[in-house]
Amino acid sequence: MLINDLFQETSSALLANKARSGLTILGIVIGIGSVIAMISVGQGAQSSIQSNIEALGSNLIMVMPGAQRSFGTQVQMQRGSAQTLTLEDAEAIAAEVDTVKAVAPQTSGRYQVTAKGTNTNTSVTGITPSYLEVRNLEIDSGSFISEQNVSKTAKVAVIGPTVSEDLFGEGADPVGQTIRINKINFKVIGVTKSKGGSGMTNQDDIILIPVSTAQQFLTGNKYVSTIYVSAIDQDSMTEAQNDITSLLLSRHNVSVADFSIMNQSDIIASASSITNTLTILLGAIAGISLVVGGIGIMNMMLTTVTERTREIGLRKAIGAKKKDISSQFLVEAVMLTFIGGIVGIVLGWVLAWGVSYFGSITTKVSITSILLAVGVSAAIGIIFGYYPARKASKLNPIEALRYE
Amino acid sequence: MIECRNITKIYKSEAGETIALRGVSFKIKDGEFVAIIGPSGSGKSTLMHILGALDTPTSGQYLLNNQDVAKFSDDELADIRKNQIGFVFQSFNLLPRTTVLRNVMLPLVYANVTKEERELRAKTALTNAGFDQSHFYHLSNQLSGGQMQRVAIARALVNNPTLILADEPTGNLDSKTGDIVLETFQKLNEQGRTIILITHEKYIAEHAKRVIEIKDGEIVEDRPAQSSTAARRIKE
Ligand SMILES: Nc1ncnc2c1ncn2[C@@H]1O[C@H](COP(=O)(O)OP(=O)(O)OP(=O)(O)O)[C@@H](O)[C@H]1O
Ligand SMILES: [Mg+2]
Repeated sequence: MLINDLFQETSSALLANKARSGLTILGIVIGIGSVIAMISVGQGAQSSIQSNIEALGSNLIMVMPGAQRSFGTQVQMQRGSAQTLTLEDAEAIAAEVDTVKAVAPQTSGRYQVTAKGTNTNTSVTGITPSYLEVRNLEIDSGSFISEQNVSKTAKVAVIGPTVSEDLFGEGADPVGQTIRINKINFKVIGVTKSKGGSGMTNQDDIILIPVSTAQQFLTGNKYVSTIYVSAIDQDSMTEAQNDITSLLLSRHNVSVADFSIMNQSDIIASASSITNTLTILLGAIAGISLVVGGIGIMNMMLTTVTERTREIGLRKAIGAKKKDISSQFLVEAVMLTFIGGIVGIVLGWVLAWGVSYFGSITTKVSITSILLAVGVSAAIGIIFGYYPARKASKLNPIEALRYE
Repeated sequence: MIECRNITKIYKSEAGETIALRGVSFKIKDGEFVAIIGPSGSGKSTLMHILGALDTPTSGQYLLNNQDVAKFSDDELADIRKNQIGFVFQSFNLLPRTTVLRNVMLPLVYANVTKEERELRAKTALTNAGFDQSHFYHLSNQLSGGQMQRVAIARALVNNPTLILADEPTGNLDSKTGDIVLETFQKLNEQGRTIILITHEKYIAEHAKRVIEIKDGEIVEDRPAQSSTAARRIKE
């Protein structure tokens, strides 16, 4: 049998029963589409978390109060109420560890912020000037917090573009204006450049004030919530981490660390292990519908074989071999899944786009997930089409011709 | 060359056993024109299926060109049917919802004949079977019984078989078209093809050169046809 004939037979067979073929294809479309959409959500989460973490700064080490607990390879932070780190710890790290380029202690909390009648609830972070370097921030207009501001506990603030927009409206220049944080007046001295990011880690939705001011007027204690340290380069990260650990152990005069220390790649690794699990889980749920679609194909093919028993008998009587018959039915099944696969990819893409457009969740359709979907749909066609095709090819011609 | 050696065929079903053929033996040489005649249920169609390598006997041997058919695989039998045998089934067995032309071309699809040649050969076969050209593109289920029969005959002729098996090929035809079909068979026989015609009408059987009569699955008579004896008598 020539390839051309095979396709002609297949398309006329599928067109002879448009509704049934259509519904069977729909099963595959939904399966493939949901696999692609679901995986895109998982992978989108992964890439947005990764870029958020990378946006924190480069060669970054984080020191946080509270002991570190490990579950296998996963590192868990215990932030909460533990208060063990002080400004002096930060100064000591800067002075005594030579693999360290900059140290930025900070203390943060969420407060009600008002300006000229508008108000917002946002995170207010007490920082030192080195924050700018450690966190790769840039100033868009005005100036950043200086050493002097810190030493004089000045009531000045640098705000992020989102805060600026929320409080003063789009396009306004807030430099020189006054805002009230926790009912205390602060003068805005600068606005940071937009860095993107979203949700909890949105780095545009911030207010920065001198750390001394924050300790005195907002938290009312001498502790800091995190010390960000940037190492001089990638290779000295481990050394810096070790040196900071031993320095803090001796400063706090303890043998078991009352602080935890992590670097960026630790966080990325633990975050991606979570998002990977999420991706697999979402994919597996969607995969179930793909299997159901495959069963639909098998069901349709079995019905078709039964319906066309006489036809199969005739074809065999006039010289069709087993291979001719089985390939005819196999091509039919593969054609169904192939069409379903193509439409499913488009649907999955549209769904992924819709989710990120209306649901403001980052989605990412990767080539891998498309290849996976195509491979899976072809495999489904072959696997679920194989049994009916084999069944058809094995029919005895005389019995098939007599079939009613 | 066809040889049946003591062939029996027993159908087993829930209702019990049916003995369709009981010890049938005969030889048909290449180029013969044989009519098999007998009452309904005598086992004619059963015999034809065995002769056409579509079915196997319960016991006995069937030799096609001196080779035992039982020794061939399913695919080898398919090849034999494709290249050497043309069937006209009693119930036509046309593909429904398919045009007349495609139905006739179907055997050529499996013989890997090119599209152009397929169409040409199908049209020739249809004309030889007395089928009207204006209906070539009609769907097979829109035809009359006689028209279907001619399509079935054309399909049997299209692959130029050396052995043609026809089960009641004139059953649904008026005597005029019936004669056209019989003439076609006679012409094909003159070209050297072996033809086995199944019928229950004596008149049709006499168009052949030899008549085998079966009753209850047994051969009761094997004689030359009257037309050929008549012809011979005139010659003498
Ligand atoms: N598949 C089958 N299963 C059971 N019995 C069968 C089967 N095919 C045929 N028979 C029986 O075998 C016998 C011979 O049938 P066959 O079809 O060969 O008769 P026939 O001579 O062709 O009759 P007709 O002239 O009516 O076509 C019948 O009694 C029939 O009932
Ligand atoms: Mg019969």
